[in-house]
Amino acid sequence: MIDVSGLRKVYRDRGREVVAIDGVDLHVREGEIFGVLGQSGAGKSTLLRCVNLLERPTAGTVSVAGQELTRLGESDLRRARQRIGMIHQHFALLSSRTVAGNVAFPLEVMGVEKAERARRVAELLELVGLADKAGTHPAQLSGGQKQRVGIARALAGNPSVLLSDEATSALDPGTTQSILALLKRLNRELGLTILLITHEMNVIKSICDSAAIMRDGLIEESGAIPELIAKPGSRLTAELFPLPAPEPGTVTITFTGQADEPVVSQMVRKFDVDVNILGGVLEEVAGVSAGRLRLRLTGAERAAALTYLSERGLLVEEAPAAERAGASGISVTSQVEEIA
Amino acid sequence: MTWDEMAPLLVESTLQTAQMILLSTLFTVLIGLPLGVALVVTDRGGLFPSPTLNRVLGVIVNIGRSLPFIVLMIAVIPLTRLIVGTTIGTIASVVPLTLGAAPFFARLVETALREVGRDKVQAAQAMGASRTTIVNKVLLPEAMAGLVAGLTVTVVALISYSAMAGAIGGGGLGDLAIRYGYQRFETTLMVITVIVLIAIVQLVQTLGDVVARRLARH
Repeated sequence: MIDVSGLRKVYRDRGREVVAIDGVDLHVREGEIFGVLGQSGAGKSTLLRCVNLLERPTAGTVSVAGQELTRLGESDLRRARQRIGMIHQHFALLSSRTVAGNVAFPLEVMGVEKAERARRVAELLELVGLADKAGTHPAQLSGGQKQRVGIARALAGNPSVLLSDEATSALDPGTTQSILALLKRLNRELGLTILLITHEMNVIKSICDSAAIMRDGLIEESGAIPELIAKPGSRLTAELFPLPAPEPGTVTITFTGQADEPVVSQMVRKFDVDVNILGGVLEEVAGVSAGRLRLRLTGAERAAALTYLSERGLLVEEAPAAERAGASGISVTSQVEEIA
Repeated sequence: MTWDEMAPLLVESTLQTAQMILLSTLFTVLIGLPLGVALVVTDRGGLFPSPTLNRVLGVIVNIGRSLPFIVLMIAVIPLTRLIVGTTIGTIASVVPLTLGAAPFFARLVETALREVGRDKVQAAQAMGASRTTIVNKVLLPEAMAGLVAGLTVTVVALISYSAMAGAIGGGGLGDLAIRYGYQRFETTLMVITVIVLIAIVQLVQTLGDVVARRLARH
């Protein structure tokens, strides 16, 4: 639905070049919620602005719904943008207009008739649960209500794609969850494809089907979340399920979807091993339960037991056993290695 | 002077001042508002970026603002004669008044428009709004409270300028104060003139404040 390839964005600031995006490919499938996670300054905001060409990419192409936006002239681009909704961190509502007036604005831009506009505004406010606030000015609304107005406004043109620029970053945790739930509902009910950027892992965890991690203008990893979790050494996994750095000789197992199966207990019954659980995190991510366990395995059949876990579809990562303290005095390595 | 002698003079002068202010305010808005909008949208990163035009407009506005009104008024006498046909009287004074106030108002318009958050402009761009739509439906309405406040300051400045215009035969309360208060030592008339001027300024400022506050409440 959204295809970005070879995207570069370089700013020129008094003769100096600042690379905001350094060659990024992004593929968002129809009907999914795709989250780009990154610290501020990682370039994710620039990336999002490049998708509807609020920022002109220095190089690369952007296509939305099969239309290559980077080829369009100004008026065609304006028409294409009417089919791409966008919501903003600070809502960007017009304070001179009422709630209904704000939602009507994009319809005015599209040249929708007045009666049709009123009908559509009522429908949209109903959809986001603000039907009773039509005549209110944004200044009288709470943050969550303002973002609902922003969402209603973004949906006015029946967009196939919604871009979300840190839409919940200015909201408190409770309100964040209700806005995320609304986005998820719109995604399901309207088949809306959502591309969001955020610095909050919670957002990725709560509603995203796919994710990308962005850093220094590059995408470090990207893909469907269950696949990313199953990938060895994934940064997303490490951030989703934070466990302390592994001690030497410990084993970290990551599982997706198998949380209901008593895999560990079956392993203990089958093999001659003892299991000591050192830590664990379990989360509901992208609709499946997934998690990581940090184990210490001892016993004669340790290697066979680990192979068994791998065969059962778990990702098994083993921290190497401590080496004898060498001349350097450094004995512990935190490198996590995968055993096949 | 008796009250009966003073009253018609005061009424006539007040009406002349009112006429000068109303007409010059009208032309000041007609010239200053587009000029202020142009200063914002032609700036780098603006909706119609044009650094050259922006610099030229900036220089023009600064020239208008750097001349003291009394100098400007005399300097534009030939232009006034060209436009109005005479350089004396209430209507003739509208030309220097407008030229003096329009650049001032343009700067205030510029400041008010710059107060409008960039994210609102970007949101409108993301909706596919054209640049003129953004000026008309985002920038101007969102800046309305600031624009009204700026207009109030401009009108008060115009009242002060209009008194000076009296000095070269523009008529109005300034003319009255010079001819009777200064040249004929009519202290009572002078005092009344001062009171009327203060009342007009108070009225304009209060009205402007009420409207601006009402707009800003949203």
